[in-house]
Amino acid sequence: MGFPFPHGVTSYLSGGVLLGLGLMVMYLTLGVKAGASSFLSSTLTYFTPLTAERGSRQWRLQFAIAMVLGAWLYAATHQDFFVTAVGWWRLALGGLLVGFGTRLSSGCTSGHGICGVASFSRASLLAVAVFMAVAILTARLVLLLGVTP
Amino acid sequence: MKRLIAILLGGGLFGYGLAWSGMAQPEVVLSFLQLRDLGLLLVMAAALVITTIGFRLAPRLRQKTLLGLPFSHEVKPMLAGTVPGAVIFGVGWGLSGMCPGAAVASLGIGNAPILIGLAGMFLGAYLQGLLAEGRLKRQEKPG
Repeated sequence: MGFPFPHGVTSYLSGGVLLGLGLMVMYLTLGVKAGASSFLSSTLTYFTPLTAERGSRQWRLQFAIAMVLGAWLYAATHQDFFVTAVGWWRLALGGLLVGFGTRLSSGCTSGHGICGVASFSRASLLAVAVFMAVAILTARLVLLLGVTP
Repeated sequence: MKRLIAILLGGGLFGYGLAWSGMAQPEVVLSFLQLRDLGLLLVMAAALVITTIGFRLAPRLRQKTLLGLPFSHEVKPMLAGTVPGAVIFGVGWGLSGMCPGAAVASLGIGNAPILIGLAGMFLGAYLQGLLAEGRLKRQEKPG
């Protein structure tokens, strides 16, 4: 299969359904819309004087640990472990910007992109349009500069 | 205990889904951002169908959640940082192929180098927190 889905659509759709079901489990039990990036702020309150998201830090940390276990379960049952070839400086600098930007914007791909859009938040719709466009431009530029993968 | 089981199931499904969809691999996310494979849009669309219906339906069927807690009706408001933050996040995402949830899930698929990215994310969130909570300003002001 070629563009736009050279690797088929099954894994994308099934993964997306499970991801959505995971968010629904959180909504149906704790009543929360569990975006991922608040976990960064909430976990920082264990080690720093910062206070943002302190009240949700316990479940957010448990949720993150559960995410690691869930991903491990997939990799272990499908022999699909993976180590990225993306360079360390891109991970470090990219991570810094992702951490700063998602907290400044109050959301990330799951917080704005899924929970926010699913709640018809105008702020989230705008944020998604902006971060998608900027990320696509950045990734194309990095590719043009010959940095691979 | 029920609460912990719910979180394990919710986070577990979320992480399993991220791994299955390939989103825990920065290369797969980058192949979307380079517009070579649009699979990421399918992941978001599938998750959105479920959550858009679920967030609306659940509070109509029940007063409280299965654990007796109130349903959040949070709709993220437009804030001064919403767009500038999205721009900064976009540059970081395009550079690295990582977003916070996918980076956490990536640990589970054995992607050790992602720890560098997660360290960067915590540092970035820390710096933003310092600015937001006004601690930098106070330190810079002499006297």
